[in-house]
Amino acid sequence: MTAAPLPTLLASPAPTRRGRGPRGFPVTVVLSTVIALALLLPLALLVVEAHIAGWTEIHRVLFRQRTLVLLRNTVVLSVLVTALAATIGIAAAWCTERTRLPGHRVWMVLLVLPVAMPDFVVGYAWHTIAPGANPLGAATLVMTLATYPLVYLPVAAALRRSDPAMEESAQSLGVGRVGVFFRVTLPLIRTAVLGGCVIVVLAIISEYGAFEIVRYQTFTTEIFTEFQFDSQAAAALSVPLVLLGLLVLAVDGLVPRRTGTVQGAPRRPTPAPRHWARNAVPMASLGALVALGVGVPIGTLLYWMGQSRTSTLPAASSLASATWSSVSYSAMGALIAVLLALPVALMTFRRSTVPRMVLERSTYVTQALPGVVIALSLVFFATRYAYSLYQTSALLVIAYAILHFPLALICVKTSVSQAPPRLVDVGRSLGRGPVSVFFRVTLPLIAPGLAAGFCLVFLTAITELTATLVLAPIGVQTLATQFWAYQREVAYGAAAPYALMIIALAMVPGALLGLWFDRGRRQAPGAS
Amino acid sequence: MSAIELRSVVKRFGSTPVLVDVDLTVEDGSLTAILGESGSGKTTMLRLIAGFERLDGGSVSIGGRVVDDAHRSVHPQQRGVGYVPQEGALFPHLTVRRNIAFGMERNDRGRIEELLDLVGLSGFGRRYPHQLSGGQQQRVALARALAIEPRVVLLDEPFSSLDAAMRVDLRRDVVDILARTHTTTVLVTHDQDEAMALADRIAVLRTGQVVACESPRQLYTDPPDLEAATYVGEANVLDARAEGGRLVGALGPVASLGPVAAGDVPLRMVLRPEQLVLHTEARDGAVTGTVADVQYHGHDALVTVAVPDEGPAAGVDGPSGGPLRVTARVPGDQRLEPGGTVWVEVRGPARAWPA
Repeated sequence: MTAAPLPTLLASPAPTRRGRGPRGFPVTVVLSTVIALALLLPLALLVVEAHIAGWTEIHRVLFRQRTLVLLRNTVVLSVLVTALAATIGIAAAWCTERTRLPGHRVWMVLLVLPVAMPDFVVGYAWHTIAPGANPLGAATLVMTLATYPLVYLPVAAALRRSDPAMEESAQSLGVGRVGVFFRVTLPLIRTAVLGGCVIVVLAIISEYGAFEIVRYQTFTTEIFTEFQFDSQAAAALSVPLVLLGLLVLAVDGLVPRRTGTVQGAPRRPTPAPRHWARNAVPMASLGALVALGVGVPIGTLLYWMGQSRTSTLPAASSLASATWSSVSYSAMGALIAVLLALPVALMTFRRSTVPRMVLERSTYVTQALPGVVIALSLVFFATRYAYSLYQTSALLVIAYAILHFPLALICVKTSVSQAPPRLVDVGRSLGRGPVSVFFRVTLPLIAPGLAAGFCLVFLTAITELTATLVLAPIGVQTLATQFWAYQREVAYGAAAPYALMIIALAMVPGALLGLWFDRGRRQAPGAS
Repeated sequence: MSAIELRSVVKRFGSTPVLVDVDLTVEDGSLTAILGESGSGKTTMLRLIAGFERLDGGSVSIGGRVVDDAHRSVHPQQRGVGYVPQEGALFPHLTVRRNIAFGMERNDRGRIEELLDLVGLSGFGRRYPHQLSGGQQQRVALARALAIEPRVVLLDEPFSSLDAAMRVDLRRDVVDILARTHTTTVLVTHDQDEAMALADRIAVLRTGQVVACESPRQLYTDPPDLEAATYVGEANVLDARAEGGRLVGALGPVASLGPVAAGDVPLRMVLRPEQLVLHTEARDGAVTGTVADVQYHGHDALVTVAVPDEGPAAGVDGPSGGPLRVTARVPGDQRLEPGGTVWVEVRGPARAWPA
């Protein structure tokens, strides 16, 4: 999957208890400030590096025909993919949430599976099938198949939360099914669609691997190429890319959200069972979608493995060591991201004053920074200010934590909102101190969310390519770097086992996440 | 000794005052209801007593010990205040037993069964909160609060989320349990019936101020002002003027509670529906009217009567000069039909305030 983190996808209504609580040292605020500053470090470093590069360099790099082409490529692809991914995501969500398809729960899992497929692997699969394909067409196909779950997930969640009685009321008021969809359903899921689209755009502007393979040139591929020769030119090129990302975030932030929530758990929809023939078209469409997004890449990988002679396949020991590096780095990054997200989530849990909200929002800015930019600024930081960190795995782990922090924060925030402040109040009034209440009440209640955050970051980190390529210490081989190296030498068969291992590893947390979402669906959140 | 004392308490959220110079005394072993509309500051008051919020001025004492003032604040966990919030707020990840045991000393756990028994839930100890009904959850929340042997128990609208039938049962049980354990209780509610039925004293809170703190009977029969009068029960508000020590309005002269302002000051007086007696035959001093509407409740009925509105004491409802509508509470067996003629007689004195 892409390295782009999500914004306020599963945004939960923040509890807004105004006023002061009992006086106490606001540990969470202090920690959050430190964390926010650390997360904004890559952005600051980028500015510093661009400044060092100087205006003439920026001018030279930015104001040329090539930059215009890159910008046009990035924007055209973003528009195309976002439109397609939104359409597919909404349609798929409507099918699983508002109709009674046979094997409903199986579909829900299958539709999310592309999340476990690295974009560069999907790109590789399609490229080996049709090497001569039009780059824009190939990039559009690959990215649409890779990103539609980013729309599907929030929209399905929004449909699940909204009461079908609203749609039924509209029908009883004499509006047809199509009318109901556009006048009731779509407005209900508007925020979710928008949130999903923002992540899709951020995913596209930060994607490197898939575009490199299908030979579609965007800012990110150009930055990566420049970096190998001239890191200052790469920094200068990163500026418009980051501005583009910030613009997308700003648009997302400016759209008003109606935060009013429906009281009580929505009744589960009970669509009338339909004749199998009426299910045939949606079933066939969803089946084709899953076949293209999941079946084709896995099938292609298996095909290439089968084509190879054993001698060209990597040794089992090499695969094992690469697996170990990938798993340990991703797990460390996920652990750190979740631990960092905890104080930030707790900070706005009880009191959401304006400064606290601003502090929290500032940690989401990382989303606008593609993995390549974060990796470049960390390289700049290490080579200039902390040489002992350069070429260490610590730097890669830090990059994973920064890159995926927003994902962790969303999960932790969602789960923190499941632990209402009044439970903490009750715990205190029963004679327990704040630390005791945290461990006996808050932590048990948010533990599933912490686990979900860990899974999500782990999954995203293990399928990450760009930052890994830049930051993996020399001599260290991860699954992604090994796949990339073989793939570049057109050793498709040798590359395939690494990709299959990534997919297998990503599917475990993917399945756990599916369980978590499903649990959230069945258990009405809120008071006891 | 008073269990809780609030002295000149001030609380602001930002620049918005929530409590303005509030004084309140809760006697040991009593049940005091804090009655107010939403936004009147009643939950804030409770949270100040519990220690979840700090005050901006004044002081709070529990059991004679200052727990919050300008200098110091005792942590919630050291106040010995049992808190039962709306909807119980049971810990969803703990069984009933472990919810109750949450604040108890380890060697004290033998009392859990006793507490379960007290709230009528013996045998429910191993269940989880989501396996209980709303009323059962509230009982567990009460047992959990009582488990720490609190000096006071604070109930924050504990019955508002329950359906009507269960509410009546549960609140009778809760009051009974609290009385048996001699627990001082503060109940926050917006339901005047609930406050009337349960409390020894009712503090009426309005825009951050305690406008009255009296027994339910006192509050009903002799309210401190017009707004409180209409808030604590049904009331007919009539324009009146003072005449020879009596109040004269559309229903004739009525004896006054308290002194009557001399002169021609326009007044408004309050008559409870049960102070109006309807006769089907002419009677001395009674005013003729027409039955406009009958709301039958079984044990009694609320009858709306249109009476002619005369002179300067024009009716509040309806345009001046039109008929005035008053409501009378009559026994359920008194048969009256809309359109019939009745004679309205006033019983007992009324209170009046300058209009």
